[in-house]
Amino acid sequence: MGKPSDLVQGTLDLLILKTLSIEDRHGWAIAKRIQQISREVLQVQQGSLYPALHRLEQQGWIKAKWAESETGRQAKFYSLTAAGRKQLDSETAQWARLSEAINLVVQES
Amino acid sequence: MRWIHKLFMRCQLLIRRDRAGQQLQDELEFHLDQQIAENESAGMAPGEARRAALRSFGNPTTLRDQTRDTWSWNALELFLCDVRFGIRTLVRTPGFSVLTILVMGLGIGANVALFTVVHSVLLKPLPFKNQSRLVRLYEANSKGAFQDNVLAGGTFASWQAQAQSFEGMAIKKGIEYNLSGSAGQLPELAHAQQASWNIFPLLGVDAAVGRVFLPSDDRRDSNPTVVLNWGLWKRRFGGDPDVIGKTILLDARPFTVIGVLPAWFNYPDPKVQLWTPIYRERSPEVMSLHTAHNLDAVARLRPGVTIDQATAELNTIQRQIRRQFPDGPVNDAANIRPILDAEVFPLKTGLYAMFAATGCLLLIACLNIANLLVARAATRRKETAVRTALGGSRVRLIRGQVIESVLLSVAGGVIGIALAETALLWLVHVRKDIPRADSIHIDGVVILFTMGVMLVCGVIAGLIPALSSNDKQILRTLHESSRSYSGSQGGARLRRVLLGFQVGLTVVLLISAGLLLKTYSRLRSVDVGCATRDVLTMEINLPKGSYKTPAQIVTFYEQLVDRVRQLPGTHAVAVGTILPGEGHVRDDIFTICEHPALPKGQVLDASTYFADPGYFNAMQIPLLQGRLFQDDERLDRSGEVIVNEDFVRQFLKGETPLGKHIKPQGVEVMGADTGLEIVGVVADTLENVSGAQTPIIYYPFYSGTQRSGTLVIRTEQAPSALTLPAQQAIASLDPGLAVANVLTMDQILGKSTVAASFDATLMLAFAVISLVLAAVGLFGVLSYIVAQRTAEIGIRIALGAQRPQVMRLMLRDGLQPALLGLVLGLIASTGMAQLIRSMLYGTRALDPAVYLLVSATLLMTAILACALPAWRASRLDPMTALRTE
Repeated sequence: MGKPSDLVQGTLDLLILKTLSIEDRHGWAIAKRIQQISREVLQVQQGSLYPALHRLEQQGWIKAKWAESETGRQAKFYSLTAAGRKQLDSETAQWARLSEAINLVVQES
Repeated sequence: MRWIHKLFMRCQLLIRRDRAGQQLQDELEFHLDQQIAENESAGMAPGEARRAALRSFGNPTTLRDQTRDTWSWNALELFLCDVRFGIRTLVRTPGFSVLTILVMGLGIGANVALFTVVHSVLLKPLPFKNQSRLVRLYEANSKGAFQDNVLAGGTFASWQAQAQSFEGMAIKKGIEYNLSGSAGQLPELAHAQQASWNIFPLLGVDAAVGRVFLPSDDRRDSNPTVVLNWGLWKRRFGGDPDVIGKTILLDARPFTVIGVLPAWFNYPDPKVQLWTPIYRERSPEVMSLHTAHNLDAVARLRPGVTIDQATAELNTIQRQIRRQFPDGPVNDAANIRPILDAEVFPLKTGLYAMFAATGCLLLIACLNIANLLVARAATRRKETAVRTALGGSRVRLIRGQVIESVLLSVAGGVIGIALAETALLWLVHVRKDIPRADSIHIDGVVILFTMGVMLVCGVIAGLIPALSSNDKQILRTLHESSRSYSGSQGGARLRRVLLGFQVGLTVVLLISAGLLLKTYSRLRSVDVGCATRDVLTMEINLPKGSYKTPAQIVTFYEQLVDRVRQLPGTHAVAVGTILPGEGHVRDDIFTICEHPALPKGQVLDASTYFADPGYFNAMQIPLLQGRLFQDDERLDRSGEVIVNEDFVRQFLKGETPLGKHIKPQGVEVMGADTGLEIVGVVADTLENVSGAQTPIIYYPFYSGTQRSGTLVIRTEQAPSALTLPAQQAIASLDPGLAVANVLTMDQILGKSTVAASFDATLMLAFAVISLVLAAVGLFGVLSYIVAQRTAEIGIRIALGAQRPQVMRLMLRDGLQPALLGLVLGLIASTGMAQLIRSMLYGTRALDPAVYLLVSATLLMTAILACALPAWRASRLDPMTALRTE
């Protein structure tokens, strides 16, 4: 059982925000999406998504509403807020800087 | 925008927490169901599909908790959870809880009550604008003999004219007026103030109705005017605004009412009913004397001027005045006190000492409760260990402990406030001598203080036991079967130390109480030198308007004494002006005609009393030499005086006092300019119970110059029976006359010892409470130790230890902290006794009797408290003791 910390610290937020920037989804769909896009490499433990989702909601970066899912059952759909969009931009930029830096170090040695 | 969203989320989570929890549950379920459905559609069997979904999801319970952790208010929720748990724990042991709450309540109540007094009386500023610049001015003696002499009118005039440090200066003087009744109202003796016109603008007070004095009201030739206090206006005039411009009779003279002061204004004390302008009421001659000290001066410093600078300036002026008047009682220095300090400085030490005592009491209560909690923590070690083993964090456990004790102290605080309220009612009732007593009530600051105290007490009482339990012991505790004779040695040691402190504080309180009690009993046993039992006194003030001549005054008093003498049950009846034990009222300077003139700057000074011929007999003041006044020595035939022993000792040592002549200055009596002959010497009487002997000159009351007199009746039985008949006799002579201060001599003397009695009683009460708490603590600790060592004792007895031996062993265990505390307490007491030195009378700060008695009491109590558990230990049946394992 992996823990959220298996992912680089803080990247889960980035992944969630990125996923939601395309369209509104419920938790399960977000988990699926991350798995698919990352070609099954990023094995997020699905449950660890929820603490992150609730934290982001508290921060006001995403908001949630209950709506009917594809299967006709009520599900909690998350969507990005304006503040969340800004946060996504800044986190993306930060991620780019970080990965670039790490790449530099790795390639040199 | 984002913060609004956040706020909204928070509110929602606060108000609709249960729904949010349910939604989270739904959300997680939905996820799992979705995954199960997907797994099933991928061909898994239903059971397998569920297990696989759970595998990839993680533990739903843990995840739910983790998610909830991200919510706002989660800390609050946990806190409330702990509070609920704490309440449940406390309710399960109601005996313990009730006891602790009561102890806490007592401690907090006493503390809050005293804080309220200190805060309201000593600290709360007077309600005047810029009161920090308001000061009281005094004449002083450059050699430091006295610092707080009231001002002479001439001195005030000089200061007012010359001093630059002040924005303004005003004077006032307390006086009583006979306020005549109108429309069937009874006459009454009204406390009043005569003041210079500028006193109200100086204090920043304006009239609520009408106006205050103008300079034109405050001249000898002005029309008589009066300003009423709010209370009198409401009570006597029904709050009618039309009273402005009406005339009222004071001492049978008409005064025009010009204004009413606001309801909040109660300076200098709430008893004051009305104000009259002083320069209108007193002759310019009197107001320009430098020798007649009888005015209270109030002033406002200029901004930026310090008290020291102002004092220096007044000192310079006063030195010049002294050079100008080298004779007579003219002072040579000045003193300034902030206005609030001037009102309350005599009370400061006493109140602060009592406040400190309640602090000790509260600390003792806290330590006691900490002690009980340590014992409880020991019995709950298993619970603690299990919780720790299950992942309860240490912080959370400590928090739980502290919350429990804070709950106790909050409940105690609520009871404490109620107790304090009651205590304050009692205190204001008993201590009529406290200035500003009307401002004593529980207000916001006091409530804040109480909450602070509750919190601090709770935290102290909870942290001590919580920190004493140790994480590392968990395993041992869990391993330990009940076969643990050594138990938690740490707990027992901690309890002993706590107990030692508690006993130490108790000793300090006991010794303070002892010293104050001794002071009080010394004061009460002081012989003031006259009859004190079965003596009834009442004050009469004949109004100027209707008693114009000395003959009228003498006739009135003579008739009065005669009538009262007729009443059944009287031994002796007389009139005088001042009673022994009443305090210092008046003194005047004089010269002795037979002596050579004194060097410049030196004067003789004695207290001035007036007495009628029957006074010494009625008061049972023995005549030592010569004779008393005679009935026919009256009015212009009254050229004699009587002096007391101390007068002879001080001024006529080794001479024959009889036949010498005295020339007083400023005493309005016949023959003052030619000299009055000393015809008798009487025994000494004390002016103040705790004061030194003073020389006294008795002038003949029947010279008729004194309008106010005190009627003295020595009775056969209880003096109260004569109260009404005597007042009826007065009314039959003059129905318009008010009588004041109907008191027995015992009451007059009681008044002067009320502070000492109060301090001693209160301190004793605190000391007794803390002694009881200490005894309970000792008993508890030793019982606990005995219970812990049951097995050990059983083995000892089984191996042949004698029962007295066991008892001694246990007693020693219990008495050790008591002895430690006693030594600590005795050391601390010597320091404390220095602080309350000024409150002691006839008692040394290191009075050996008190210290011995306290030590004996404490040891006796400790032995008694330890005896039962020790005896129980020695009675242990070894078989049972060993089997309890």
